[in-house]
Amino acid sequence: MSGDNRFLGLFYLSPFIIGLLVFTALPFLASLYLSFTNYNLMNEPVFTGLQNYIRLFTNDRTFRKSLWVTLIYVFTTVPLKLVFALFMAVILNYKLKFINVFRTAYYVPSILGGSIAIAVLWRYIFADVGLVNMGLTMLGFEPVNWFGDPTNALFTITLLRLWQFGSAMVIFLAALQSIDKTLYEAASIDGAGKWTSFVYITLPLITPVIFFNLIMQMVQAFQEFNGPYIITQGGPLKSTYLLPIYIYDEAFKRFDMGYASAIAWVLFLIIMALTLIAFWSSRHWVYYAGDKRS
Amino acid sequence: MTDHILSQNTPAARDIDIVRSREARRHRFNAALRYALLTAVGLLMLYPLIWLIGASFKTNSEIFANPGFWPEHPTLDGYIKGWKTSTPYSFGTFFINTLWIVIPKVIGTAISCTAVAYGFARFEFPGKKILFAALIATLLLPNVVTRIPQYLIFRDLGWLDSYLPLWVPSALAGDAFFVFMLVQFLRAIPRDMEEAARVDGATTWQTLIFIVVPLLMPALISVCLFQFMWTMNDFLGPLIYISSVDKYPISLALKLSIDTTEAFEWNRVLAMSVLSLAPALAVFFLAQKYFIDGISSGGIKG
Repeated sequence: MSGDNRFLGLFYLSPFIIGLLVFTALPFLASLYLSFTNYNLMNEPVFTGLQNYIRLFTNDRTFRKSLWVTLIYVFTTVPLKLVFALFMAVILNYKLKFINVFRTAYYVPSILGGSIAIAVLWRYIFADVGLVNMGLTMLGFEPVNWFGDPTNALFTITLLRLWQFGSAMVIFLAALQSIDKTLYEAASIDGAGKWTSFVYITLPLITPVIFFNLIMQMVQAFQEFNGPYIITQGGPLKSTYLLPIYIYDEAFKRFDMGYASAIAWVLFLIIMALTLIAFWSSRHWVYYAGDKRS
Repeated sequence: MTDHILSQNTPAARDIDIVRSREARRHRFNAALRYALLTAVGLLMLYPLIWLIGASFKTNSEIFANPGFWPEHPTLDGYIKGWKTSTPYSFGTFFINTLWIVIPKVIGTAISCTAVAYGFARFEFPGKKILFAALIATLLLPNVVTRIPQYLIFRDLGWLDSYLPLWVPSALAGDAFFVFMLVQFLRAIPRDMEEAARVDGATTWQTLIFIVVPLLMPALISVCLFQFMWTMNDFLGPLIYISSVDKYPISLALKLSIDTTEAFEWNRVLAMSVLSLAPALAVFFLAQKYFIDGISSGGIKG
């Protein structure tokens, strides 16, 4: 059915092609150009070469702080979330009644978690006299100063994202359920314990899904905005001032579009580099069925 | 003969019985442990939401004093005053605004992504490989890098403070993820029926509408539901593009309410939070099958 007209396919693709050119390709190149300019919306962009980047890396303590906080946030949140999601998926992957009830319950936070309402709720439950501290006091612990202490403040945002482990868990669970059970029987006849089976059978077989979740969660974590913007407003002492908030402030509060584009490009290059490293390293640790290598 | 063997093997059979019952006991213990853990985690996960609902009926002084669900002095104060808001508009206006953003966006997404996925999955044409690579690249491209020039484009088009910047990119299949998901789904559907229809003289357009779309329905519903959820939750888009309060969606209205005088009227903010979560929750429970299927087949971020 493809033979009648070579260009019929392009006709169906036309919305995508227009969108790609106007809203993706053009902005992508434009932001690269803007990052080399001084542009404050009032006058035309003035080309300033590497000035924005030089300022970023030599003369901007806010940027250094923001970059550092972003990296800490991503490198704590993503591994914690993946490990927890996998752990819960393994627990759920068992002949249990009500498995669907649990799966649904765990998935609810993923549906709602990105909303402003939940960010507002988070502000309330981690307040000095909020739900979490009330709970800690009832259990005999000291209340924690969540928003006053720089380390704790960032952790409340990590907790908000950990709370949404459900979507990653559902993907893990689907992968676990597709593993051939006879592999475990064979291993158990050969004397393998549960842990050995998990490490040598389960983990290798779900590496494609681990890889997928890793990339998705990482790209998402680097762009975290709602949580810190609503819950902590970047504070205290800029301890939750993630790069997307800095970019937003520079672009839409100070209208320094050139400088904001430069920060956006640095963030983009970091995400790109880590994605490429993940793809490159995946040859060594991701196992695809039918692949003879492993 | 059979009896003889059985009686001879009795000790062994007893051993097997012992092992079996030990295994069954271990199995039960194991299951109990799992249930206990799953229930504990489930309660911990859902308690903030349960508390939120209870707290929205509490008085302001009780919210930060009572960790329990039940309000001591239940009141609708939060809902009544919260609905009025501190702006000249009621929360109903913000609800309608949200729907006015969400519904056209979902429809545009469904139509454009279906057409584009059909093009990718069923046709051969020059440049297909490059375009598909571009689709995957868009999928991985962080929005943060295109946001500023997009804003400038919409400013030059005179679209600021309207819903067009929120609608148009989606109506042009801008959510590459959905296109990708539909392409994967279409590739798994056999083409026999479409080919039969073509032989009978149907155009590709008719084939798409009368044969492909019905087959694609489950995936298409997933796409609509996810787009609905994400748009309901979207904050940064409206924050950048919408400046008049009368056009605010719920997300901006809630942000406004924690910034203004209502900041100390906690029960109003919580009550409106409950209302703003209600549509998403209702849709989720009515259609959870599509969410779970969509996410485990296509793999959706979240």
